Order: sequence, then C-alpha cells, then structure tokens
Amino acid sequence: MLELRSLDAGYGSFQALFGINLEVRAGEAVGVIGPNGAGKTTLMRVISGLIRPTEGSITMEGRDVVATPAHRIVDLGIAHVPENRRLFPRLTVDDNLKMGAYMPGARAKYAERLEFVFDLFPRMKERRSQMAGTMSGGEQQMCAIGRALMSDPKLLLLDEPSAGLAPVVVQQVFELVKRIRSGGLTVLIVEQNVQQVLKVVDRAYLLEAGTIRASGTSEEMMKTDTIKQAYLGV
Amino acid sequence: MNSRYTAWAVGLAALIALPFVYREPYHLHILVLILIWSFAYTSWSIMGRFGLVSLGHGGFMGVGAYVTALLWNHLDITPWIGIPLSMVAAGLLALVVAYPCFRFRITGHYFVLVTLALSGIVLQVITATRDYTGGSLGYTPNRAPSGRGLLALQFDDKTTWYLIALGVWVVGLLIWRWVDRSMSRYAMEAISEDEDAAAAAGVNVTAEKLKITLISALMTALAGALYCQYQMFISPDTVSGIAVSLQMVFAVIVGGLYVSLGPTIGAIITILLAEGLRIGFGTKAVGWDNLVYGVLLVVFIIFLPKGILGSVLDKLKAQPKKPKTT
Amino acid sequence: MQAFLDTFDIYLLEAVVNGILLGGVLALLALGLNLIFGVIDVTWICYAELVMIGMYGMYYMVQVFGLPYWVAAPIAILLVAALGAALHYIVIAPLLTAPPINQLLATGGVLFILQSFATVAFGIDFRNLGIRLPVLAIGDMHFSYSRLLAFVAALLGMLAIYFFMKRTFTGTAIRAVAQDRQIMSLMGVDTKRIYLITSALGGALAGLAACLLVLQYDVHPFVGLSFGPITFLICVLGGLGNFVGGFIAAFVFAQIISLGGLYSDLEWGYVLAFAFFIVMMFIRPAGLLARRS
Repeated sequence: MLELRSLDAGYGSFQALFGINLEVRAGEAVGVIGPNGAGKTTLMRVISGLIRPTEGSITMEGRDVVATPAHRIVDLGIAHVPENRRLFPRLTVDDNLKMGAYMPGARAKYAERLEFVFDLFPRMKERRSQMAGTMSGGEQQMCAIGRALMSDPKLLLLDEPSAGLAPVVVQQVFELVKRIRSGGLTVLIVEQNVQQVLKVVDRAYLLEAGTIRASGTSEEMMKTDTIKQAYLGV
Repeated sequence: MNSRYTAWAVGLAALIALPFVYREPYHLHILVLILIWSFAYTSWSIMGRFGLVSLGHGGFMGVGAYVTALLWNHLDITPWIGIPLSMVAAGLLALVVAYPCFRFRITGHYFVLVTLALSGIVLQVITATRDYTGGSLGYTPNRAPSGRGLLALQFDDKTTWYLIALGVWVVGLLIWRWVDRSMSRYAMEAISEDEDAAAAAGVNVTAEKLKITLISALMTALAGALYCQYQMFISPDTVSGIAVSLQMVFAVIVGGLYVSLGPTIGAIITILLAEGLRIGFGTKAVGWDNLVYGVLLVVFIIFLPKGILGSVLDKLKAQPKKPKTT
Repeated sequence: MQAFLDTFDIYLLEAVVNGILLGGVLALLALGLNLIFGVIDVTWICYAELVMIGMYGMYYMVQVFGLPYWVAAPIAILLVAALGAALHYIVIAPLLTAPPINQLLATGGVLFILQSFATVAFGIDFRNLGIRLPVLAIGDMHFSYSRLLAFVAALLGMLAIYFFMKRTFTGTAIRAVAQDRQIMSLMGVDTKRIYLITSALGGALAGLAACLLVLQYDVHPFVGLSFGPITFLICVLGGLGNFVGGFIAAFVFAQIISLGGLYSDLEWGYVLAFAFFIVMMFIRPAGLLARRS
C-alpha cells in the first residue's frame, strides 16, 4: 500500500533521514520504534507532506505522494494524527471533527463518518460542543484520532499516541488502536513505548539516527538482543 | 580606510563650496529641502534600523514645527530659544509614550500602532486648536521686522539656508555614525534579535531603547522646526500625522535602512521624483507622485528590502568575498 | 436651571444613541480587519482605503451611471472583495514569510497607492450620492435614517459572517487556520486558498461599510484617514484577531468619540480616543478581554 524508497529528508541543511526503505501492506499494522531524535516524527511528516523529501520516492497504492500537493495527500487515503495531537484548542470537538472531513470526498459522507467516530468514541459525542483544548489528554487523543478517521482514510499515521498520557490512558489508547485495526484499517504507528507497541503491530522497523537498523515481525523484534537491552529493559 | 575619510572630506568641501559657485535659486531650494528631509529621515532610521518602527515621527516633527512657530508668534520667543524648547517638548512626548511601551515590552505591530496613535493625537490637537494654530488651513510664523532676521531665524537668501541645512545634515550623519559605533548599537542589535537574551546578558533593554528613541525624537523635532523656519508655512498635513510618518518610513526603506547615507538617498529620490512629476505634469501631477511612491514602496519591500544603497553596497561587498551564508 | 438640565440630558442621550449607531459600522470594519489579522497574521494598514474605493464605486454607479442604490451596493461589495483578494495575491502572498514590519509597510505603500490613485482618477473634490434620507425625530432628539440603516445593515453583515464561520466547512477552516496553520494541509485544507477567501471576505466587509458610509459622508481620496486609524486602535484594544473584543471595543470607541464630540469638537473626541488607546495599551496590552496570564 505505502512504499518508501531510499528516502532522504531534513530541515534546511540538517538531514534527519538517510535512505529509508519502508513498506506498509494493506491491512497491516506497522510500528516504527526508536529513541528520541531518531527521525520518527520526521518520517511521519514526510509521508503526509508536511515536509518534502530531498531524495527518494513515496508511493501510496502506486500513486506518487511526493508529486501530490500537501493538501491533496489526504485524498490519497492517508490521515495523519500528528505528534502532540495538535487539535484546534479553541474549536469545539464537533468543529475539530468537521475539519477532518474537509475534503470534498469526505464532506459527502460527513454524517456517516460522524456516526462512525461517535460509535468508536462515545465520549466524544458527550463532549461535542466542548472546546477541544479544555479536555483531558486522553480525550484529546481520541478527538485527534477521530478527526483523522473523519476523512475515511485507508492508512492511518499515528505519531506517538501515548506521549504525555497517564499509564492507564496509554493502555486505553493501545486498545483503541487494536479496535481500529480490526475494522480493516491499515496503521503505521511511531512510538517510544516499545513494549506496548510491539503488542499491537504485526511488524516493526527500528529507526536510529535517521536510518533503519532492523526490521521484522513483532516476535522477531522482541527477540532481537539490541531491542531487548535498549528498549525493553530485559 | 584613509581613502574613505578623504572621500568624505572632499565631498563635504565640495558641498560647502557649491552655493558660492552655483546660485540658481530653484536648484538650491531643492537641495535645502533634500537636506532637511534627509536629516528627518536619518533621525527616523536611527530608531527604525533596530526594529523600532515608529509611525509617531510625524508627531515629533509637528511638535517641533508648531511649538517653535507658536512661541514666536504668541510669546515673541525667538526660535533660538523656541527650537530647543520645541525639542524638549517632543523629547518629553517621546519619553511619556516610549517609556511605558518599553517597560511593558510593547513591540512589533503593537509598537507601530501605539506610535500611530501618537501621530494621530498630535494631528488632531493641531486641528482642534485652530484658534491658535490655524487648524488644517496651515500656519505662518510672523515676519520679523527688517534687520532682525537673525534673531527670528528668518533668512531670505538660499545660501544661508543651504549652509544651515548642510550643517544639520552632517551632524545628523555624525550622530548616526556615533550610534552605529557606540556600544549601545551592539546592545540594540541584541535587543532587536532577542530581548530576553539581551536582558540576560546584562543589557538594560529599556534604557537603551529609550536613549535611541529620545535622540531620534529630538532630531525629528529639530527637522520640523527647520522646515517651518525655511518654508515659513506649515500645515498639519505637511509636518504631522500618519501620512508624514509613512513618508519617512517609505523614503528610508527605498534608500536603505542599514546604511548611513540610505535615508539621504531616499530623500533625494522622493523629492526629485515629486519635483520632476510636478514640473513635467504641472497640476495634473497631483497624486501621481504619491502613486509612484506607493508602487515603489511595495516593490522595494517585496524585492529589495535592503533599499537601493543597501543592495548596491551588498553587491559591491559580495564581489570580492563570498556572500554571507545567513 | 431645570430647563438647562433637560436640554443637556437630551443632547447627551442623542450623543449616546448616535455613538451606538456609529459603533455598528466601526464594529463591521473592526471585524474585517480582525478577520485578516487573526487568519493571515497581517495588518492591512490600507483597510480604510479599500472602503474609500468602495465609496467611489458607489458614487460612480449611482450618480454617474444612474444605477439604483440596491443594485449598486452588491456590485460595490463584490468589487471591494475582489480588491481585497488582489491585495493579498499581489502584495501579501509574496511577503508571508517576511518580517511582520515589512508586511505592515507594504500595506502602507498600498495606502499611498489607493489614495493617490483616487486623487488621480477621481480628483480631490468631495462627492456624495445625492441621496438624503429623512431624519427621525423622537421628541427633541434627531437621528438620521442613514445611520439607523447603517447600524442595522452592519449588524446583519456581522451576523452573516458569524453564520458563515460557524456553519460552513470553509468558515470552520478559516477559524482553524487562525489557531494552527501548520497542520492545515493534514486536513486537506489549502491554506493559500483560505487566505484568499479570507481576504475577499475582509474586502467584502469593507465594501459593505462603504455602501453604508457613503450615505452619511462625502467621499474624497483622504476620507480613509478619518476612520482608518481608529479602526486599528479598536482592533488592538479588542485584542488583534479577537472578534468579540473588537466588537465591544468598537462601541467603547464610538461612545468616546461621540461624547467627546458633544462636549467639545470632534477632534477632541479623537484625541481622547487615541489617548485612551495608548493608556489601555499600557494597562492591558493584549486587549480588553485578554485573560491575565
């Protein structure tokens, strides 16, 4: 579904990603793990067009993502839940969700999608007229994921969904990811919480200093010595 | 470096000698206007170059011009005393507005708008006190009885005015240079880049900003007073208000904000442009000069934000050396 | 003595009501400017000059081409909306990443351009529509219908904008851009397009104000200077980009000007308003309604 080929990217003269090759197949959940500053967020931003690669290619179902204008990438079926959620804090939950359905294709299905999201997060229905910025971290994360789902994407990019949340809430968020997966959605998730994420995904890539150091199924990754020592603390 | 001083000295000598060999009154008149406005623009740029973009300078200029003229007409106070008094008035006005501004860290847009309100106040006060100032119809200082021109700072011959304006202009450039050279510039630059960092480095941000503002306001008031004494007619629209403030900003941007002669170049361009259009088109030219100003201003800000002189100097500097990477 | 007090009160009341009526139009202008500032983060110093061009548009359509007022008004609104979009496209868009001061000065250049364009194209004579609406007399107080009409139309215009912003996808996107412009592309929103729409909307509001002001005031190339500066002060005092704050500040300023004008000349009303602004900036720099942090 999504394919990255020898991708370089960075900010100005600073290069953050070096020759990334990565693939996400339809129906899969794939994790990207690695330490702070490894380039995980950059990777997500490159895929959704927030920054542009300096080298290499990205294709989504055979279509060239790099050549697509940033605001049209949603139309390819890619929805990005950014780092720190980035809700519109002084907009209501309803309005935040509305923004997720901005594309003409999604507007047509607006009512249907809204029902879908409210089914998934009944809490959001209760809070629909509340300002997004006044909700708890967990609720905000739900709203952010809900907003991304409003566009009826094929691929959901999740950037550190557990960051800044209480341990109990982290559990809930990963439960949610499982539920979203079971609906047939393809998920690419970036996480520092390696232990948790490996339980949710089928495969994972280890990203360190802007390059992919290892990849494999979750089981394989959990057995890898470096990961065990550095990230699982076993 | 020595050749540069020689060039300045030769240039200055030539400028001083000019009215003694060339006496065409109209051209001298234009030169006097250029010198006075150059001085006003230089005064503005002393602040403007550090990111303190003021639209209040129309106000300072208005205070300079009107206080001097009012003192002379109503209280018989000679401009020799009136001008310093008007400068003090403008300086006080600057302090009253600028001190709280800097104290409360009002910067950027907000600073621009506060100073804009200041010009507005001065303009409206001049208009409102029409019983004394003549309001929007303008105001003329009383003619001094013959033989007392020196006391009234009124001279009929252009050469005297030319030399006065030249002197003031040179002093303006020296002040610009002094500010440029003095430690406070580094402090100010630190301020305009990052106030917190500057404060942390031990720079008294408020005091530094205030000093520059005061110098700039005093100079602008002097420019207003000189303009009044030379033209013998002032109106709220020509020496105060937002339009005059914008005109200063415009000329400085066109000439070059970061070089000492930039404001002068700006004055030369704007005044020659206005005069050229006036001569070329006569009364039909009303409005055309401002139209061209406006277009130039927009074009310059988009394509040449360093101004004509700044860009030319950059080019010259860039040729032997590698251009700066920033 | 009693008689003196009676007349005094009536004039006061008349001034207060006229202040409220004036506040409506000022609020309309403040909304337009706030919209531009809140969304694009740019101050259009030349905003009142757009109104001036709209007033000339009305003058020419009604007086010269003989169109009825109600036909000319929508055309004038569209015309100024187009002008607003053009201003953004030609001047602001290339400067979006430039220092804010440069953007401010560039619109200052546009102020010069529009003013002098009007001087060159239309001359410096004062012109008016030649429409004189009747005066409404309540007791000894007199209110002109043109002011009442302006007030009502301004409120309707603001209401229309409110519903547009609340109900439509585009309106929601405009509010969203003001909060987080970087992630808008993730929503599939083309910020450039939103900026253009917002600029056109700001222009349309200036156009509406022009249609209303031209009923009350003569138009000349410098008419913008008489209410332009005050509009900025209102926006800043309300908190730049804060729609509600701008609305309230508009009525506060209108009262200051109206009451100041009652006790003295109109100029003193303005002086009072400017001074009030400067003092308020020191006390509440982030605007009247800002939460203290």
